[in-house]
Amino acid sequence: MDTLKIADKEFTSRLFTGTGKFSSNDLMAKAILASESELVTVALKRVDIDNEQDKMLQSINQPHVNLLPNTSGVRDAKEAVFAAQLAREALETNWIKLEIHPDPKYLLPDPIETLKAAEELVKLGFVVMPYIHADPVLCKRLEEVGAQCVMPLGAPIGTNKGLKTSDFLEIIIEQSNVPVIVDAGIGSPSHAAYAMELGADAVLVNTAIAVSQNPVEMAKAFKMAVEAGRMAYNAKLASIKKHAEASSPLTSFLN
Amino acid sequence: MNKTFQTLFDTYNWDETLASINSKTAHDVEYALSKTKRDLEDFKALVSPAAAPYLEQMAHMSKMTTKKRFGNTIQMYVPMYLSNECQNICTYCGFSMTNKIPRRTLTDEEILKEVAFLKAKGYDHILLVTGEANKTVGVPYIKHAMELIKDQFSNITIEVQPLDQHEYEELIEANLYAVLVYQETYHRDEYKKHHPKGKKSNFDYRLDTADRLGKAGVHKIGIGALFGLEDWRADSFFTALHLKYLQKTYWKTKYSISFPRLRPHSGGLEPKVEMTDRDLVQTICAFRLLDEDVELSMSTRESEVFRNNIVHLGITSLSAESKTNPGGYTVDPQTLEQFEISDERSTELIAEMLKESGLEPVWKDWETFN
Repeated sequence: MDTLKIADKEFTSRLFTGTGKFSSNDLMAKAILASESELVTVALKRVDIDNEQDKMLQSINQPHVNLLPNTSGVRDAKEAVFAAQLAREALETNWIKLEIHPDPKYLLPDPIETLKAAEELVKLGFVVMPYIHADPVLCKRLEEVGAQCVMPLGAPIGTNKGLKTSDFLEIIIEQSNVPVIVDAGIGSPSHAAYAMELGADAVLVNTAIAVSQNPVEMAKAFKMAVEAGRMAYNAKLASIKKHAEASSPLTSFLN
Repeated sequence: MNKTFQTLFDTYNWDETLASINSKTAHDVEYALSKTKRDLEDFKALVSPAAAPYLEQMAHMSKMTTKKRFGNTIQMYVPMYLSNECQNICTYCGFSMTNKIPRRTLTDEEILKEVAFLKAKGYDHILLVTGEANKTVGVPYIKHAMELIKDQFSNITIEVQPLDQHEYEELIEANLYAVLVYQETYHRDEYKKHHPKGKKSNFDYRLDTADRLGKAGVHKIGIGALFGLEDWRADSFFTALHLKYLQKTYWKTKYSISFPRLRPHSGGLEPKVEMTDRDLVQTICAFRLLDEDVELSMSTRESEVFRNNIVHLGITSLSAESKTNPGGYTVDPQTLEQFEISDERSTELIAEMLKESGLEPVWKDWETFN
């Protein structure tokens, strides 16, 4: 698979994963390993910063895995900047997934506060990866203030509903000068493959893997789906026909 | 909710409906196929003569649609006939009152013997069937039979005489999951000819049975027509009309459609209208393209070859090794059957056929928590 570059890092895998909702740290580590993901997001609020032996961090401490702390739980730009600074100090990374969702029910991102925080964090030297609604205009504004990628949602977070925003994602992908990573809502490998077929640069998947009956197998399935979707995108998909075309007859037994 | 299907049904005229179906053109069929959501006018086009050249395309679309919704699975069920006593005269049925056949109603011991046989085969969903003989095989008998076996099956469906709403409610309390009740034909006059005597001769009471079931709150209702009594295209349409009415009215209920064709039996009635294999495939595909979610069921009335192929074209549930006489599995194989089955393969062979076709036979898909 062709590589993906964000800021100064190159990724072989276009599947990014998360650390929430697993039944154990051990299972989480195995799933991440199976996914071959090279970028794993972790909620700062879940990390015991003062404890160097934090079990979750230890579980994902693998040579090829980069940590991507997120600001989940903050409600405005001010809190987000504070959380990002804390993460940089604690985890020794200037990469930050910017999440600002004041709405506790649907966890929908606040576009105004996100743009404000992104601008400030870029100035502070962060690699900012903002989680946003699939808003093509906002993506362009974030790009202008220096965000290194955009992370539009496919559907409300944790819903597994798939690419409900596909029409807008297509516009974002078409217009963007920075990598587009589809985040939130991807519930199955086919959703991930679809996002890649649309031309997304990567996908971020957490719930669909963590909550499945077999997270390790599901992580592998997502890995393969992302690869297949990227391959299909590069190979250029055939045009859509109105009707199904029979590859092998189903009604010949009637003759 | 005092209105029933009858109110809607009476606004339709059989001959006009049939004429409307027969006047559909290739353009109507292509239009229907191009849509993602289809209505009853589209359904008319899909069961019309004009759709015949599109059968292969319909089959592919039906296959894909079914796979999307149901995956690669086929729900297995088996009928168990409790009684062949019947007070009705039905011209096409071996149980018809005037037929001089030995009558029997299973005892508790016999029921349990049959159940043991079917459980050993792996069945967990059972269909209890009786004729209509209210004095001997009324609600108390059916309820008793259900209570006798309810611990052994996750899903009990019945195909018995139409009952009143409160009777269905009583059976639901005893773990009833689903009820199958076929209209036989939606042609009012022809219906009368085929059911001259007995409670079944009341067309309207039978027509409104699904409404009583819906009001009683049963989980699933199965409807259908007996193809061969009247024009299959019109009977299919009225079944579809019935389905759509029920889905809108009793939206918490699931629905299934069956496609019985007239089979040889003791009464000896020849089909008035022939429904060929090709016609039956067209009908099944039309139902699937009308409704992605409705369950489509296929019995052992059909041949091996037909069943081997139809499991890929929209069918979602299948019976196997069926006996259509009470006690037919273990008790008294000599008693006359309701109709002759065509696919006589064992349960094991049917399961093998499904697996070889890439389908998983599902034995349990429901649990009643009462």
